[in-house]
Amino acid sequence: MTKAHILPMPVQDRLILWAALALLAGLAALPLIASALVVDKLTYLFILIMFAAMWNLLAGYAGLVSVGQQAFIGLGGYAMVRMVDAGLPPFPAIFLGALAAGMVAWVMSWFVLRMKAGEFAIATWVIAEAIRSMVSFDPLIQGETGTSITALNAYAPEMRRLTIYLLSLLSMAFMIWGAWALLHGRTGAQAQAIRDDEEAAESVGITTFAVKQRIYVLASIGCAVAGTLWLASAITFQPRTSFGVQWSVFMLFMVLVGGIGTFIGPILGALLFFALQEIFGDFGAWYMAGVGIVAILFALYLPNGIVGLWLNKGRAEPLSMRKLLGK
Amino acid sequence: MLEAIIQGTLLGGYYAVLAAGLSLMFGVVRFINLAHGDMAVLGAMIALWFVQGAGLHVGLAIALTLPIMGAIGWAMQRMIFERALRGGFLIPILTTIGLGAALQNGMFGLFGSDTKSLGAYIGNLSWASWEIPGGIFIGKLPGYMFLTAILVLGAVHLLLTRTAFGRAVRATATDSEAAALCGIDARRVHRGAAAIAVALAGLAGIFLAMRAQVTPFAGPMLLIFAFEAVVIGGIGSLRGTLIGGIALGLAQSLGAMISPQFSLLAGHCVFLAVLAWRLLTGAAADRGGWRATITALVFHKSMLRGKS
Repeated sequence: MTKAHILPMPVQDRLILWAALALLAGLAALPLIASALVVDKLTYLFILIMFAAMWNLLAGYAGLVSVGQQAFIGLGGYAMVRMVDAGLPPFPAIFLGALAAGMVAWVMSWFVLRMKAGEFAIATWVIAEAIRSMVSFDPLIQGETGTSITALNAYAPEMRRLTIYLLSLLSMAFMIWGAWALLHGRTGAQAQAIRDDEEAAESVGITTFAVKQRIYVLASIGCAVAGTLWLASAITFQPRTSFGVQWSVFMLFMVLVGGIGTFIGPILGALLFFALQEIFGDFGAWYMAGVGIVAILFALYLPNGIVGLWLNKGRAEPLSMRKLLGK
Repeated sequence: MLEAIIQGTLLGGYYAVLAAGLSLMFGVVRFINLAHGDMAVLGAMIALWFVQGAGLHVGLAIALTLPIMGAIGWAMQRMIFERALRGGFLIPILTTIGLGAALQNGMFGLFGSDTKSLGAYIGNLSWASWEIPGGIFIGKLPGYMFLTAILVLGAVHLLLTRTAFGRAVRATATDSEAAALCGIDARRVHRGAAAIAVALAGLAGIFLAMRAQVTPFAGPMLLIFAFEAVVIGGIGSLRGTLIGGIALGLAQSLGAMISPQFSLLAGHCVFLAVLAWRLLTGAAADRGGWRATITALVFHKSMLRGKS
């Protein structure tokens, strides 16, 4: 009997990876020629991609459908505001603030990860609301009014824009690479086993709680980094905006439309969401209502998203996290 | 203090109506409708349109709104929820969040963002009050709302326990396959339950429009309140929902005594504490009760790695 072994990566996937690397290099050089507006828009796109990739890690690969990731966007922002107020330079505070949010996620995980799916979804949301109320009590935040990170204004606008752009690009590349490494490793296989059947996963000896906790904390830190980068470009911290449930709606839309539980789906979803926002964003409320309707239609009729269209034709999933066995 | 307790209890009736629909949907259809709060706002908006736009009397507007909401619930179940339910636990959550976003922004587009209220159309009811011994005033509106809540929840309870439809609902909730074998059409039962649930949400929305203001984006907060009341009271029983609603109302009105901002936070904290307590007792039961768990915790840490 020949021993089964894991097949090497398909040629198609290798090509995608090389193309992605080339694209990253191009994006890093882009500010040399692009206008300030383009740089700002791309920064926002990178932030959206980070949100989508992190939410997909949670919901698509670990089965944790959270409606409360805005807790970490807000907390990371709040920690950043506090750190800058204490005298820390703003750019390190972007990442230290996100780490602080990650510590809160670790504490919360002991509690929320023991809940069933529906409870988890709403309890995480309630916790985000509770944290928002508590943050609003801080006199520095001035309740609903919010506060501005004035220390950021000390930098020249050009330099600030470029730094945030490059930090966003680097963070996005690092997160996508990190998600890739995580999902290709032991944790990814375990998480997918839990998502597909938690009891079966437990019975083959997976410590389900530890796996879920690892993914929950990492995805929360990722969300918080994207959130603090967004705050650094927006400058003003307002509890209602930062802790708003609309972040979770955005994440859900991008991941669902792109293809939940696939690696490139959320990235495609983020691109599509960004494009929709650019084209129809001026319609305000009607645009958001349309986003909601598109989400319903995708959930009901195309639950595997854009990538699902590809899969339905019988083609292999690009950049699949499944391990294919060959003889 | 006593006044806060009375106000909180009366407020609880409103929360119980808001939560009853959510609880019914969850208990019978096994479906968490994350757009439940937005349905309540929709009910309020429809009633407001009847009163302000069509110039109808408030009572007539309510009598028209509730059947409309029921029909909307029936149609939602028929067109959206049934299909979503086939997709496991993930698709219902995604679908109803999308529905919520569509409803909120659609209502914003139709009715604008300004806050609206029925308060101006109900005569002196919004400020009139009874005085009870001890110099305490009880608002007439909260009093009538509480009575209505009890009557409505009682009627739903009777419907569920005394009628053929109620028996079908309970049979489907307990074991839908066995019920189907006995000739019960589960889909019809689910549609009926959805109709009642959304009509209840609409009534709660009307209550809100009478006692305060509604905005198109109030739905998510209402959903959170409803969910808190359901979890505090225990899922699947109307009496539990009433108790949960009252507990939430009490927490909020007592919290408001400390500081106005503390009101909602107090409700959230009670909810999280109840949830934590349930999880703890559940975890302890898995390890052979409290005494065994504490013994294991103190003396043999390795014993704790049981089920988690």
